[in-house]
Amino acid sequence: MAGEAQTATDYIQHHLQNMAYGKLPAGYTRADGTVLSESTWTMAHSSREAADMGFWAIHLDSLGWAIGLGLLFCFLFARAAKKATAGVPSGFQSFVELTVDFVDKLVKDTFQHRNSMVAPMALTIFVWVFLMNLMDLVPVDWLPMAAATAAGNDHLFFKVVPTTDLNVTLGMALAVFALMIFFSIREKGALGFIKELTLHPFHSGKWYVDIFLIPFNLLLELVSLIAKPVSLGLRLFGNLYAGEMIFILIAIVFGVGVLGFIGAAFLQLGWAIFHILVITLQAFVFMVLTTVYMSMAHDREDEHTTDH
Amino acid sequence: MNINLTLIGQSITFLVFVWFCWKYVWPALLGVMQEREQKIATGLEEAERAGKDLELAQRKAADQLKEAKAQAADIIDGANKRANQILDEAKQAAVEEGDRLKAAAKAEIEQEVNRAKEQLRSRVAALSVAGAEKILSVNIDAKAHDDLIDKLAAEL
Repeated sequence: MAGEAQTATDYIQHHLQNMAYGKLPAGYTRADGTVLSESTWTMAHSSREAADMGFWAIHLDSLGWAIGLGLLFCFLFARAAKKATAGVPSGFQSFVELTVDFVDKLVKDTFQHRNSMVAPMALTIFVWVFLMNLMDLVPVDWLPMAAATAAGNDHLFFKVVPTTDLNVTLGMALAVFALMIFFSIREKGALGFIKELTLHPFHSGKWYVDIFLIPFNLLLELVSLIAKPVSLGLRLFGNLYAGEMIFILIAIVFGVGVLGFIGAAFLQLGWAIFHILVITLQAFVFMVLTTVYMSMAHDREDEHTTDH
Repeated sequence: MNINLTLIGQSITFLVFVWFCWKYVWPALLGVMQEREQKIATGLEEAERAGKDLELAQRKAADQLKEAKAQAADIIDGANKRANQILDEAKQAAVEEGDRLKAAAKAEIEQEVNRAKEQLRSRVAALSVAGAEKILSVNIDAKAHDDLIDKLAAEL
């Protein structure tokens, strides 16, 4: 695939490595044996280099595709919105309106508070995550090989599915988490938010008992609070990462003789068809959960659900 | 899998896209959709109203037709009556005229008869005189017997 003498392990590892741009410290021995005289911002040439860059690195491919697909969403929908008329809708406008209507109904069912931002956010999440997931259906080698050819570098790391990058999914989950806390505090006040964390679920009504219950409540509520963004990000990542992995494994089977090729073709087709469901479902789940979390952030009553 | 700056980058990107959709995409699309909904609702309402109007108009037209028919029947009735009346009058006039003609004819006939009687009488008188002359074989002095003859003639 991307190199004649590659083993299957190399191939898989190569496919799972993002194109990282980051800072390597002074005195660092690079993959080709050279030693850096001072700390440098550079492209990672190996997985080890990427790992050694630590937090101060950025995945150009994930972020690039994410931003690109997000811009595509914005461009298409903004154009549809600009061209939209109250007359008979046609072609793309119908499709856009169908999506908007679907999201709008869903948000209205789930989220009964007054906040004009939640529905557009749900739409953004649904379409954007769907588009990012959709990249998974492009055969695993096409875009990386095209990029490698274009760059003239056989070992260029290039992952095209942003949602198989934990940074991307957790990044979105963290943004949702931040909004959750922001709306919680805005709706209930800082004190209300702290009360929610400390006086639930165990509450006696007598302050001298409540004081002893606070540590337990805080522990439970914090775990429940933190679990929301983490599960939100990990769910999407896990599903897409596993799907990507299967595609990579099938791609390896393609190289194993005629029988392997035919078998892999069927596997590829089957998995791709199944994956259409998975990518849509995951985008949908991310959207619904975000809406539910927003609804919980706005809830003033003691309606604490434990699911997440 | 490394957690790095991409995380922050993606969070910011996410918020920017959400903000964009919130400000520029969602309100425009929803506005248009609601406007259309309104339009359709008004259209349906108007259609319903038009249907009712149509029904009303049809009923009105039917009423007017009925009225017109009744009027026509009245007119025809009147015309028939008038025609009969005219016919009767004509008949009566004809009968009267016939009677008058008949009476005139009768009077004339009577006159004719009378005249014929007169002639007949005078002829009979002459004939009787001639007869008597022959019988008597004498010339009757007409003058001498004029009185007699006249008496005879008057008796006829």
